[in-house]
Amino acid sequence: MPEDPIATSKKTVPRVNLRRRVVNGAVTCAAAGSVILVLIPLVAVFGYLVYRGIGSVNWAFLTQTPKPVGEAGGGMANAIAGSAFILLIASVIGVPFGIGAGIYLAEYGRNRFGDVIRFTADVLNGVPSIVIGIVAYGIVVLAQGHFSALAGGVALSLMMIPTISRTTEEMLLLVPNSLREASYGLGISRWRTTLSITLRTATSGVITGVMLAFARVAGETAPLLFTAFGNQYWNFSMEQPTAALPLQIFTYAISPFDEWHRQAWAGALVLIVLIVVSVSAVRIAASRGMLKGAN
Amino acid sequence: MANGALRVPGLTGPKPVAGPQLARDTSLSAIRLKDAGGRLADNVFHGLVLSCALAILAVVGLVLYELISKSQLSWHAFGFKFFLGQNWDPVQDQFGALPFIYGTIVSSLLALILAVPLAIGVAVFTTEMSPRWLRGPLAFTTELLAAIPSVIYGLWAIFVLVPLLRQYVQPWLARYLGWTGLFEGPPYGIGMLAAGIILAIMIVPIVSSITREVMTAVSQQQRESVLALGATRWEMIRMGVLRNARAGIMGGVILGLGRALGETMALTMVIGNRPEIARSLFAPGYTMASVIANEFSEATGNLYLSALIEVGLALFLVTMVVNILAQLLVWSVTRGAPARTHA
Amino acid sequence: MNAEPNTEIGVQVENLNAWFGKTQALQDISMNVAAKHATAIIGPSGCGKSTFVRCLNRMHETVRDARVTGRVRIGELDVYNGTPAVYVRRHVGMVFQKANPFPTMSIYDNVAAGLRLNGFSDRHKLDEIVENSLKMAVLWDEIKGDLRKKSGASLSGGQQQRLCIARALAVEPQVLLMDEPCSALDPISSGKIEDLIFQLKEHYTIVIVTHNMQQAARVAEYTGFFLLGRLIEFDKTEKIFTKPSEKRTEDYITGRFG
Repeated sequence: MPEDPIATSKKTVPRVNLRRRVVNGAVTCAAAGSVILVLIPLVAVFGYLVYRGIGSVNWAFLTQTPKPVGEAGGGMANAIAGSAFILLIASVIGVPFGIGAGIYLAEYGRNRFGDVIRFTADVLNGVPSIVIGIVAYGIVVLAQGHFSALAGGVALSLMMIPTISRTTEEMLLLVPNSLREASYGLGISRWRTTLSITLRTATSGVITGVMLAFARVAGETAPLLFTAFGNQYWNFSMEQPTAALPLQIFTYAISPFDEWHRQAWAGALVLIVLIVVSVSAVRIAASRGMLKGAN
Repeated sequence: MANGALRVPGLTGPKPVAGPQLARDTSLSAIRLKDAGGRLADNVFHGLVLSCALAILAVVGLVLYELISKSQLSWHAFGFKFFLGQNWDPVQDQFGALPFIYGTIVSSLLALILAVPLAIGVAVFTTEMSPRWLRGPLAFTTELLAAIPSVIYGLWAIFVLVPLLRQYVQPWLARYLGWTGLFEGPPYGIGMLAAGIILAIMIVPIVSSITREVMTAVSQQQRESVLALGATRWEMIRMGVLRNARAGIMGGVILGLGRALGETMALTMVIGNRPEIARSLFAPGYTMASVIANEFSEATGNLYLSALIEVGLALFLVTMVVNILAQLLVWSVTRGAPARTHA
Repeated sequence: MNAEPNTEIGVQVENLNAWFGKTQALQDISMNVAAKHATAIIGPSGCGKSTFVRCLNRMHETVRDARVTGRVRIGELDVYNGTPAVYVRRHVGMVFQKANPFPTMSIYDNVAAGLRLNGFSDRHKLDEIVENSLKMAVLWDEIKGDLRKKSGASLSGGQQQRLCIARALAVEPQVLLMDEPCSALDPISSGKIEDLIFQLKEHYTIVIVTHNMQQAARVAEYTGFFLLGRLIEFDKTEKIFTKPSEKRTEDYITGRFG
């Protein structure tokens, strides 16, 4: 009977030895362990937000302005509205500029100059938010002579522009070139093609980018500290200091009063729900196909 | 159109015999189209989007201009000693930024030490080990971690993390590792250690998502060629993936550092805000971003404000350099461009 | 000499040269394309046939670093002198290799796109043109029920290509350029497009690029053979395929290269 070739090979090539298998198993456990370790704070943060916050989110919280120290009750209605107002200003400034710059990068900027812009956008994206606050203070607050909603909006818009422009560019580049050609072939001018064909095809992707930028700045506190500044009352003037949800959370969290701590948790819960809802909505919409039907 | 103008050398085309009649342009008379201004409109549009792109350049220019021009006063008063002085005394108009620089660096390094192994572990697990159905949810969860605002991390740290540290972790550390000098003094809870931990939680998502990105960029062939040699899965990851992706992973780590350096709110809430340099991680500290956050709107006097803006300028320049370095490293892997020069 | 006495010139090309950067893609092409007939352009891959048709409606210049010299006249339109490119393209329809309907638009909007985006807004007239164009493209009966409901991208490959033809016809061009319109289609869909070409050439000057010689023989009255950026031979299709005067044409026709 001829020698079994498999048996021979077992002699020359040793089976994966014990030590290597143990190392492999240990590393697998370590990796899985690190996933669990990372998930703990996530669960803890959300758990505490719900646990501490849910009891305090009530009708009064959502409709009333803060009460003076020592009085129970009151709410953050003005801060929620103020955040919405500041974010509206930020979007009105940031979204057009961001999308415009994204269009430039995708449709005209496939060259050295485009690379310079891309690079600068990445630099701007990395600027610490507190520094953006200083800049907005310098160009808006100093010019106006006082803190204002406008200053807060400008600060947040500066943070939105680079994110929106880079995602817009990415989404426009995903649109197949054959659609641009089809449009040119019909005698449609370049600007019309860009707006009505390319941008329209990429709409859902561009909206995703805008929503992500929005969610990112919605919770920003540092750039609002000395721009929007905060306010105990309602304000809907661009010219006046304005309350914002993250600012209010900060102020209440570092205060010594239990009642305020309770409200800080409630505010945080409201804020996180708003952000998580918008991020997940975008995630789901995106997974259903960025470019619906494009091939 | 003269017949003689037709030059079709050596070719027989449908050459009309008796003077070619160019076909009449009749079809378009049926519908009249506005000539939509064509070139002018195109140029206007180009100009419009170009100015949006230039706005990005302008903003970065403006950031630099604002920071440099408004910090002149402080720069002239203290010069380079500003960054070496330990005394921050607004009442005496004496400003030295070293405690903030120290606090920023120590809290960021502490965060990196804690976060990097975890982040790489998470990335390795999600890309190489986890069952396929788990990948999406895991990636989503880490993304969620990144979406939580800084101020909420701060809130959570004040009321959950800090008491935990004070009651359990710090006494334990002091008892067993106190001899290092890093863990001594009264356990306040609040301080450098709390800052480092909360910062670590915040940068894990960034580092792990970039690591995941560069690991996916490593080609399947690299993996298979190592597996074909009879390697275990870990050996494949180590030799086939991590080795090829190391420059990009380094980039992700540095990007995390950039984020940590500029992080403001959560740190301001737990680091203790005391401008002193202490060896122990239990002691309170202060960071560059925190001092701006706390003192900017109350800064009275031009020199005080100017000093704070100079801190901002230093912070901006450092994060910019760190971010650029990180970008280059990440690009070297994902685009396969000048990998060797940066590795 | 085999020109028909009544044939008008649809497209007149003189000394056309085209470049991509420093590479010359077309060298000194001169030819007269007969109006209201189909002319096929054949030749091996990379011979410049696509570039040639893309020069006729100035699509060539949308590619970076591309350049053209020479003269092209379509009717009274001097393509390269004093006419804006978008104006030229409105008079010259183009159908591409791969069907490319606008994915976010309904069937109706796809056909109407060329007119709407050029500023045409008469609704009743638009309805009429859309219907006519779809009928001309022999697509009307198949889709008239979901004109506004279905996206252009939801149709089958052959239907998509006919939709693209309808879209090109809606702007009422004089010339229809087709760049390998059937190369991505199955034989049945290809057959439908060929039938369509037969009907269309009663109204339009058609230039069709194809790598399929049977197709050229079936649909076109005239055929031009391109090789390495030059027009080697241009004649009645019949003659090209039966007794070409050039050795190289014969080699290609008989499958000796390419």
